[in-house]
Amino acid sequence: MPSLKLPQPATSPIPPQPWGDRRLEVTLGNLLRTGVLLSAAVVLVGACVYLRRHAHEAADYRVFQGEPSEFRTIPGVIRSVIHGRGRGLIQLGLLFLIATPIARVAFSIAGFAIERDWMYVGFTVIVLLVLLYSLLGSGIG
Amino acid sequence: MSILDFTVVVGVVSFVAGLLGSLTGLGGGVVLVPLLTILFHVDIRYAIGASLVSVIATSSGAAAAYVKEGFSNIRIGMFLEIATTFGALCGAFLATRIPTSALTLIFGFVLLYSAYLSRKPRLAAQRSLPPDPLATRLRMNGHFPDAGGMRQYNVQHVPTGFSLMFGAGALSGLLGIGSGAVKVLAMDQAMRIPFKVSTTTSNFMIGVTAAASAGVYLSRGYVDPGLAMPVMLGVLAGSLLGTRILVKAETKSLRLVFSVVILVLGLQMLYKGFLGKI
Repeated sequence: MPSLKLPQPATSPIPPQPWGDRRLEVTLGNLLRTGVLLSAAVVLVGACVYLRRHAHEAADYRVFQGEPSEFRTIPGVIRSVIHGRGRGLIQLGLLFLIATPIARVAFSIAGFAIERDWMYVGFTVIVLLVLLYSLLGSGIG
Repeated sequence: MSILDFTVVVGVVSFVAGLLGSLTGLGGGVVLVPLLTILFHVDIRYAIGASLVSVIATSSGAAAAYVKEGFSNIRIGMFLEIATTFGALCGAFLATRIPTSALTLIFGFVLLYSAYLSRKPRLAAQRSLPPDPLATRLRMNGHFPDAGGMRQYNVQHVPTGFSLMFGAGALSGLLGIGSGAVKVLAMDQAMRIPFKVSTTTSNFMIGVTAAASAGVYLSRGYVDPGLAMPVMLGVLAGSLLGTRILVKAETKSLRLVFSVVILVLGLQMLYKGFLGKI
């Protein structure tokens, strides 16, 4: 019965969580909050423009039609923002929102590199590649 | 209903869902899609698109608060995100191919499971388990603040947790939810990560997982600005308020009420899915 002799788990030779982790996590947490608040602000401005123009039209989401291309691609969204469209601004805010966790992953690569933890640099690069593939490979770029 | 009325009502409902979701720790996203489809007759694809966006907002918005407590483990999170992002990508592609009645059925089962899980007593605190060679190599073992100072924990069963996380990611991509329930199953039960560590780390992962399927949803036209706007703003405001008052609130009876709501919504979704009336 090894558990009798092991009241505390043996410490591993490598410190499991180096001190740099805390600082990295706090920085990343603040980055995420800033990104979310920024995107919420853009969505709110877009909401005001959209509601001022369309408040009294009928809302109907019963039948799925899919969004027009101006709300489905990054260039389309930018064009509709330039034309001053409220829904374009909302989509821009949502794009910022989607970009926020992606930025967090990108910053984590730098954080792990500073700690010289190349194994986790590798893992994080894989996650970033999946995210970029999803965003750019799905045709919204 | 006019767009103004619709926006206000959906915003208020989303606010309440976000508030209850964060107070009970059961997540607001899981009730949003059924509420939008059952109460507001929104097509499930639009509902999933709006819910997914709100999931990113709540996860990222709460991250700063959770990080301060010092529970989350960035290495466990990043390693498991490989599984969840791949799963989410697969789930999102699958979502655009399977019929909406099947989506509704799957959603119903996930709701029933979440309701069951929320009533299940929590696993007893991890007592000094021996270090697992793979988890040690991956540097996943860590410390967290406890009543008696810092406590160490050793992560177990990494391959099982990793596979379950792929499933969690796939469900997230398929249904536009955070799939916190499956994540807890993977981290809490399989990997034996202490409860506080697994919930905060899972919250950290949800945003990244959802971002992996958001591109697919956006490009397929599932994200409608007019619907996503009140949902995202409402849920975000509700969940931010929820994390503020979490410490003072008595959540036990609230949890019971919320799990009954989840149960009823799950049965409704199953009924609708079986009839194909969605």
